[in-house]
Amino acid sequence: MVLHCYSHFLAHSLPKELKGNLIIFCADVASAMFIRATGRNLQIAYGQSLKFLDLVKLSEKSDILPSGDIAALVYLWNPFTIVACVGLSTSPVENLAIILSLYGACRRIAPLAAFGWVMATHLSLYPVILIIPMILLLGYGPDTPPRKLFLQRKYVEVGDTPSNDRCQQGEAVDQPELPYVFSWRPVIHFLFWTSLWLVYVLVLCGVSVKQYGGLWELFKRTYGFMLTVQDLSPNMGVLWYFFAEVFDFFRNFFLIVFHGNILFMILPLAIRLKHRPFFLAFVYIVISSMLKSYPSVGDSALYLGLLGLFVNELADMKFSFFLFCGYIGVSLLSPVMHNLWIWRGTGNANFYFATAMAYACLQIILVVESVSAMLNHDRKLRKLSATKVLDGKT
Amino acid sequence: MELSFTQGRWNYDRWGGFDPISSSNAKPPGVELWAVFDVPKDQVDASWKNLTHTLSGLFCASINFLESSTTYSTHEWGFHPSSGGLRYGTLPREAVCTENLTPWLKLLPCRDKAGLSALLDRPSIYRGFYHSQRLHLTSSEFHSSGVESGIVLEQALTVVLQPNSHKMSKTFSSETKLQPSWSLSSIFGRKVTGRCILAKTSNVYLQLERGLVTGLENLQKDNMITGPDHVGSGGLKDNPGFELSVRPDKMFKEVNSLHGKSSSILYEYSIERYSVFEPFDLGLTWKFPVVWSCPRAPLHSSRFLMGSGNQRGTIAISFTSTDLEEGFLSANIGEESCKLQADIFQVVPWYIKAYYHTLRVFVDGQPEAITNVVEKMHVSPSEDKESPGVMELVLKFPCAVKSAALTLEFDKGFLHIDEYPPDANQGFDIPSAVIIFPNFQTSMHYLEDNSSNKSPMLSKFQEKSPVLSYTEVLLVPLTTPDFSMPYNVITITCTVFALYFGSLLNVLRRRVGEEERILKNSASKKAGRLPQLLSRLSAKLRGKEWEPPQSPSTSSSFISSKLILKVFIVAGVAVFWQYYSE
Repeated sequence: MVLHCYSHFLAHSLPKELKGNLIIFCADVASAMFIRATGRNLQIAYGQSLKFLDLVKLSEKSDILPSGDIAALVYLWNPFTIVACVGLSTSPVENLAIILSLYGACRRIAPLAAFGWVMATHLSLYPVILIIPMILLLGYGPDTPPRKLFLQRKYVEVGDTPSNDRCQQGEAVDQPELPYVFSWRPVIHFLFWTSLWLVYVLVLCGVSVKQYGGLWELFKRTYGFMLTVQDLSPNMGVLWYFFAEVFDFFRNFFLIVFHGNILFMILPLAIRLKHRPFFLAFVYIVISSMLKSYPSVGDSALYLGLLGLFVNELADMKFSFFLFCGYIGVSLLSPVMHNLWIWRGTGNANFYFATAMAYACLQIILVVESVSAMLNHDRKLRKLSATKVLDGKT
Repeated sequence: MELSFTQGRWNYDRWGGFDPISSSNAKPPGVELWAVFDVPKDQVDASWKNLTHTLSGLFCASINFLESSTTYSTHEWGFHPSSGGLRYGTLPREAVCTENLTPWLKLLPCRDKAGLSALLDRPSIYRGFYHSQRLHLTSSEFHSSGVESGIVLEQALTVVLQPNSHKMSKTFSSETKLQPSWSLSSIFGRKVTGRCILAKTSNVYLQLERGLVTGLENLQKDNMITGPDHVGSGGLKDNPGFELSVRPDKMFKEVNSLHGKSSSILYEYSIERYSVFEPFDLGLTWKFPVVWSCPRAPLHSSRFLMGSGNQRGTIAISFTSTDLEEGFLSANIGEESCKLQADIFQVVPWYIKAYYHTLRVFVDGQPEAITNVVEKMHVSPSEDKESPGVMELVLKFPCAVKSAALTLEFDKGFLHIDEYPPDANQGFDIPSAVIIFPNFQTSMHYLEDNSSNKSPMLSKFQEKSPVLSYTEVLLVPLTTPDFSMPYNVITITCTVFALYFGSLLNVLRRRVGEEERILKNSASKKAGRLPQLLSRLSAKLRGKEWEPPQSPSTSSSFISSKLILKVFIVAGVAVFWQYYSE
């Protein structure tokens, strides 16, 4: 449905070349603005929780970079974003929908979050897994250090005050600020709005495709196509070559395995990172961009932009320079190998596939190292908080 | 139903495109099958599948490849009026050999043992430029106006041969070479030794085309030979152009109301009175060089590919006007509303993804708007791995057109390795397109006396059918994956996935302090200068603080000795197993 409106717009503005890009251009700029706003929101919330834990010294020890601005600039100036914009791909629109949903969830604006999530799922199937971080964002609020620290703090404070009245007063004062209590109200609000938008979108789709076979045909041809990998054209992913060479007997098995890889990681990551739902959403986005059936550079543009939101926490990430060089190398080599294979006929499919494998490996390293760095950051906070508690006790 | 096996391409320029033979007997290379079924719509595909399998077994050809829906198509208003029960399929790459000819001959009453079919010497047939064997089957329950009742099977073998030109000695002052003389024995190496007993009639016809007759008449006029007007009136010996070795039994002249030029002549030889002792050997000896051209279709059509690279390309169909127009349509050329209609029917396989919105038409070198030239268009876009793309166009060109062209852009698809033929780097074939000129009918009427029975050949010539021509088969190279790599690709991809899975779970699993413990353990096990330097270097790279190795704890040594013991036990068991299982 969105594609229909988009093509309508494009057809009308075809004479002026620049205006053909207008919708994508606006989508990119809007995404950047929303990333900036989200970054600021996250930073404020994080600062508040650090202050609560009396760890402000940590934040003042090193320069705190404005993560929102950096992330917005990284997203706008990323060559991948520019390439996706010039190529008139619909990835910027999909990225905008995902960012809208995350922004809405951070600010606890349930209708906006629901709209963004429904649109993102409608456009490409994979953002459906973002429902878990969004529920966590709406329930718990933006990223915080681990809950255990807050509990320790609370017990310390309770232990300090001898009298019960003071304790209850302290509790009453602290209750609304406690970030580890899951509030159900925004979540239910969000689910209600989700169902509303879902019904609306489904009704509109059903009306517009009624003469072409109805909704089931639409799902079979869009989501079914993505899930069963019908078309084997080469792209930046690894699935095209695999399914061109796999034996038919095992095709369904491998389809289930590859899509299950995305689904299986949802639960362990959610358990480990439930106190950082925005980072969890970022990790889900990286995983789905890496393992989806038809990846493109537009998806990479999204998570590279969101990576900028965590510059403060991921400052100690290993292999960052290696990854940077790797991304540049792969993005330069990959079109060359494609040209050699398809346009000149002097290369082989293996050259292009090798660059796609290198790209996948780079993304794996990025995911693993960013998760590792974030967990290390949490451990550091825990150590600092533990020393503070010990200092407080003595 | 019509089934044809063809080897070679019919040269429309030199062998004609307007007469009944070239319209009905010139077929695209390979196998072409079309069939009209009289069953309910949902059973047509099943009937087609049965038909292809049966024919494949009967003719020892791989016609069964036509059963899958990616190879056959239906069409709306093509060359055969149908009511939805028509299916059409071709195999451009099928080679034709004697194994296909033998079953075809078996369908004849006398096979190749007696009668005219005894002439068919295999080497001489397959040495020719073009040969095509055709079967046409009609069931008269289907036809409402059939003369005969029951099933009518019509078989035609079309061969284009070049006679040996050893005897060409005389050259003339005008420097034109004499046409090669031929006889049945020189071409086939055999003579006709009688007719098939089961045949009702057995005749040999020799046709002199219009152009040839005109040439001979001009020759007569040049040589100023007096006598009867035209060539065929019995005075064959006076004919300056050629001489026939056997005198024809009958002569038919074409009743020609359309052309202002002369009409073609048909000589009939009846094989009744020939036998083994008196074989029939028709021979034609040329005495004087004559140059003539065959009547051609109004537009000479050809098709070719444009573009480079294995991602996209363009199919182009070009039309060039031939001389027919000047003679035929001279009356109408001046009018503006005179339109030359051409119907195009083209099927492309699904991996040639044609973009029908990029169709462009050029008339006389100038691009024209589609609506000016295209009157009707029916497109059935291809579906990946399910059905081919079918395009039917009705074009109307102005009568005075000199040249015209159509271009259509396409993207090339990628196939699974099972779908490539054994010689994948040769490329894939796009079957011939069919060009029909419905305004021009190829029918020749011959004057005949009432006493004779209507011979089937003459009634065949009189059938009204539109002028038909087939374009070339296009060879499209597609990108190929590396066929030697299925295991490697599967293994490498699964390794990458395992890498992702394992590393991410490992990172999530780690507890506080375990890493430092591991580092300490590994650092403590090392002794000596070089390992210490190495561990210092690795620690620096990782950005961690370097701790000097401590004395190994008893637990770690205990663990390592246990490990060594385990390794020895496993090795011993393996050796024992190997020794005793042999």
